[in-house]
Amino acid sequence: MSLLSFERKYRIRGGTLLGGDLFDFWVGPFYVGFFGVTTALFSMVGIAMILYGAAIGPTWNLWQINIAPPDLSYGLQLAPLKQGGLWQVITFCAVGAFSSWALREVEICRKLGMGYHVPIAFSTAILAYVTLEVIRPVLMGGWGHAFPYGIFSHLDWVSNVGYQYLHFHYNPAHIIAVCFFFTTVLSLALHGSLVLAAINPKKGQVVKGAEHENTFFRDFIGYSVGTLGIHRLGFLLAVNAGVWSAICIVISGPLWTRSWADWYGWWLNMPVWN
Amino acid sequence: MIRATRLLVVLGLSSALLAGCSKSGVESVQNGYRGTGMATLYDKDRVAAQYAASQLPTVSPAAPSEGPTAGQIYQNVKVLDDLSAAEFARVMLSITEWVVPKDAPPEQAACNYCHSANLADDTKYQKVVARKMLQMTRDINSKWQTHVAATGVTCYTCHRGNAVPAYAWFKDPGPGHQSGIIATRAGQNTPSLASGLTSLPYDPFTPFLLNAEPIRVEGKTIGGDGNRSSIKQAEWTYSLMVHMSESLGVNCAYCHNTRAWSDWSQSTPQRVTAWHGIRMARELNNQYMVPLTETFPANRLGVTGDVAKVNCSTCHQGVYKPMFGASLAKDYPELRGRKAAPEATPPVAAAR
Repeated sequence: MSLLSFERKYRIRGGTLLGGDLFDFWVGPFYVGFFGVTTALFSMVGIAMILYGAAIGPTWNLWQINIAPPDLSYGLQLAPLKQGGLWQVITFCAVGAFSSWALREVEICRKLGMGYHVPIAFSTAILAYVTLEVIRPVLMGGWGHAFPYGIFSHLDWVSNVGYQYLHFHYNPAHIIAVCFFFTTVLSLALHGSLVLAAINPKKGQVVKGAEHENTFFRDFIGYSVGTLGIHRLGFLLAVNAGVWSAICIVISGPLWTRSWADWYGWWLNMPVWN
Repeated sequence: MIRATRLLVVLGLSSALLAGCSKSGVESVQNGYRGTGMATLYDKDRVAAQYAASQLPTVSPAAPSEGPTAGQIYQNVKVLDDLSAAEFARVMLSITEWVVPKDAPPEQAACNYCHSANLADDTKYQKVVARKMLQMTRDINSKWQTHVAATGVTCYTCHRGNAVPAYAWFKDPGPGHQSGIIATRAGQNTPSLASGLTSLPYDPFTPFLLNAEPIRVEGKTIGGDGNRSSIKQAEWTYSLMVHMSESLGVNCAYCHNTRAWSDWSQSTPQRVTAWHGIRMARELNNQYMVPLTETFPANRLGVTGDVAKVNCSTCHQGVYKPMFGASLAKDYPELRGRKAAPEATPPVAAAR
């Protein structure tokens, strides 16, 4: 990967949160830093544990490898490695690696004097993961409520946990989260296609700019959110998708144990129907 | 500043939602291999309230079984004629306690609820119904141990002190004929308690607990096994399953590993009990309830003129085992089935 001629001037010392100058350097294009080192350590240990878990498991079939959390009987205690302890170590490493990665983003932001929008956005993805694997199991009193590490096995978990509430699509926060996910996809597709359309004119014509883009959307839907606005909108939609998915799962169990359809009793009980 | 405010809003919202947690918390029971998500969740407060409401009535002292039978002493005894007079009296008094409303007017109080001045007389419909119900109770306890096990049932299992069990079902004709694009709503999309307030079909009982429409509509292979079941049929099944879950206070993962609903080898043992329960409810409705249709007065019938019928709620009333598995029937051998005729039981001990 080649270094751009103007890139060196952005490589500024300092701005670290921890470790001072110790890891304040780059490897090729990558900034390292204290949290780059911890990211690497957590990732290596975590991946090693996943490989160990796969090795002692019944299959190397990529779809069927399964490293499951402990039985509910262990509650929030540590479990033996082969009875869910591996899952606990891997989860610890994953949270460590994801958080380190976010803090490394913070350090880069500080070096460049930028806002923290990128680490904030990434944090919502971490929030969703931590909610599923740590916060909700802790609130429900057992690591066994977390999802297992495996391609098929985690899908089976999603199915069963959805059916713990008879019909998960009635979960109001799930409805909101799904709307945000789809709207994120729609807005990204509209934005991406608009940019591609503007910079790919017919042969012989000049590349179009922001005014063409704005005019397209004003003609199309009467309004253009603008070149900066579309990124604010994308941030808002995507961050909400992550936050609402975290909300929809953390209320399932700790707050509501029954059918999500039952929740709508308040609607049927409204005095307006009487 | 704006960022800090946004963070505060997110944190505040999360804690506000969590503040609504059940006071005593959630109890969860694992139903499958760890990490499969097969767990039943119980709100401790709700279970405590259900448990308090599920206490058995006092058991009356056992009655001696010797002596002449009720059939020999009394007239017009058709079901309990194998009992001794003392046992017969014990059952009659127990029914009064379990079924007859405590606040009934004098002409309906205690024995008068079913009997007229001549106790042998069949003029009151309640007596004809009670006879059929006694026969049903004995049948359940003797023929349906696949579902009720040794726990058995008594009148109290369904009645709980009410003359009419609190949970019974009638045919639901729905909201009447619609026109336009909602003319074919296929029995769906109107809230009903039967389907747990979902948009699923609002009368899952008629096809499955009265008629014997196929419930297991899932194909066994991908494509090619000639399975012609539609999504609509699956929704009827789903509606019945929602009813079963709500009736037992459990969720789908109590019986199924939802990755393969139909696969018995991945299901829990409870699914077998439930399978027998569906067939039991169907038989009780057809053998005992439907034949009583003409017996009941019109005000006891449903809007379509059909008799009250049994579903899972009738006995379970929101609990995975009725009365949390406490057995009243074990103290009432009179209700456990017809006594074997004396000559059919050789005195084994004496023969030795």
